[in-house]
Amino acid sequence: MKTFVYIDHFKGEVQPSSWEALGLAKSFGTAVALVFGTGVDDVAKMAVEYGADEVLVADDPSLTDYRAEVYASTLAALASSQSPNLILFPTTARTREMAAMAAIDLNTGVLTDISGLEANGDSFVATRPIYEGKVIEKTVCSGKPVMATIRGRAFPKPERAEGKSGTITKVAATGEAKSTVEGYGASEGAVNLGDAAVIVSGGRGVSNNPSLTPPAGMDEKQAEVWRAQQGFALVTELAQLLGGAVGASRAAVDGGYIPYAHQVGQTGKVVAPDLYIAAGISGAIQHLVGMRNAKLIVAINKDADAPIFKQARYGVVGDLFAILPALTEAMKKKLGK
Amino acid sequence: MKIIACIKQVPDSEAKVKAEGGQVSWGDAPLVINPFDEYAVEGALQMKEAHSGSVTALCIGPESAKEALKHALAMGADEAVLVSDPALDNLDTVGAAKVLAAAIQKIGGADMVIFGRQTLDNGAGLTPAQTARVLGLPMLGLAGSIKVEGSAVTVERVIEEGRQIMKANLPVVLSVVQSIGEPRYPSFMGIRKASKATIPVWSLGDIGASAPAPIVTRTELMNPPVQDATIEMITGETPAEIAEKLADKIIAEKVL
Repeated sequence: MKTFVYIDHFKGEVQPSSWEALGLAKSFGTAVALVFGTGVDDVAKMAVEYGADEVLVADDPSLTDYRAEVYASTLAALASSQSPNLILFPTTARTREMAAMAAIDLNTGVLTDISGLEANGDSFVATRPIYEGKVIEKTVCSGKPVMATIRGRAFPKPERAEGKSGTITKVAATGEAKSTVEGYGASEGAVNLGDAAVIVSGGRGVSNNPSLTPPAGMDEKQAEVWRAQQGFALVTELAQLLGGAVGASRAAVDGGYIPYAHQVGQTGKVVAPDLYIAAGISGAIQHLVGMRNAKLIVAINKDADAPIFKQARYGVVGDLFAILPALTEAMKKKLGK
Repeated sequence: MKIIACIKQVPDSEAKVKAEGGQVSWGDAPLVINPFDEYAVEGALQMKEAHSGSVTALCIGPESAKEALKHALAMGADEAVLVSDPALDNLDTVGAAKVLAAAIQKIGGADMVIFGRQTLDNGAGLTPAQTARVLGLPMLGLAGSIKVEGSAVTVERVIEEGRQIMKANLPVVLSVVQSIGEPRYPSFMGIRKASKATIPVWSLGDIGASAPAPIVTRTELMNPPVQDATIEMITGETPAEIAEKLADKIIAEKVL
């Protein structure tokens, strides 16, 4: 059984669930890692260290910036010539698109965001959530190769054997890009909610601190956003201490408190961290479907009747502006940081 | 500018969806336009307002999906088309892309075909890129803003790492995300117009397409495991005391 594993990276920073995909591929037999881009030798070496039996590197100027069309064509050409049984990807904005397009070229299908995969003869059965995670389906793909994007943190990450050497083969890029990349916006920092083991999230409640006096000259909306940003500073402090990411409810994003990239929930990112701390989030269904698979959920809210408490293992009815800094302090002490 | 907004009808997100007898059931919850697709319609209307032209809403679904198209008309779309055929019951995303591409060609093509980022039901988010691939058009995915100058389209694409600014020439296929702007509410006039509209229904034969054999099929449907719902409230005299207790609880769970 031969599996291609697409190693997704952004400017050389690898999406960690690429390695989880590699581990899954190894459990079925031979794992061939694919690395596209320019100057990606380090990524290829890492793929060897994480267990790839072979690495195919397409290093070409047309691949410097991700463009779905040329990435998909390169992938489809490699799949046509080497006939893998399975192609695995981490689930990202990039892989959804390139897998989608390559599936058209190869006349096969893509199983997205899967949390389980079993071999069944020379095919596979995948487990994936549908209807916002309200229902789970098992699904099969009759085309070949079977293509699947895996959910972050759903499969074990293999050990890295640093310094291990292996076969790295250069391959050609194929196809034409249909767009140009004009640049990147720095307005939003890297937010990797899907891979985060700890997420601390803030909701509408983070703006609700009347004791703060906003700088003079702000109108009501500006003052609200300013207050919310002070609240998110407390959320961020705890998240950083725990080595985690900052999440947000839709209400907080819609309120302009924090960029969309932080949004957890039905219209944002569906996450499954080990620890999820919700501060000032009431727990609308849209949010709950996005985080209810977290291993441990802690909720802090002023309103004892907030629906978030129905989902949580531990709850605190109280003011997040008092509880969060106290929790950060207590954690600092107990974790010896 | 000729714009096509592709939409789907799905159960309302408040619906209690569950697996029942091997089928997905949502009780008597209403079927609505896929919430992500409202952004597609909004984006299409913004483009029409900025560059004039027309917006056609396009949907694959049963006869009842006309209601979702009426929502798009009420928001301000000029026309709506439903592709409906009993042979489309088990459509996968590759099949949907082929049928949409055929319908788009039957409409006479477009300068922009706009999708929402994904649907609430299947949630795969593959159809926009697959439609672009079938049509051979550039795909500008996950656009948070769209700017057109002459024949050039520039979008700010929202990705995990931030924003990627991408440019392509019309015609293009786009998918849009929330930053495009909150979908407008249907106006009174819009609702009246939509209620009177006659929505053409095209069969596969009408668009010159054959029934695509599904490649991806469901073999089993399950309800997620019921979660342990016992909550323990942490109380104390002071925030410090509460925090102390809570920190001990979290550490004892060994999740850090």
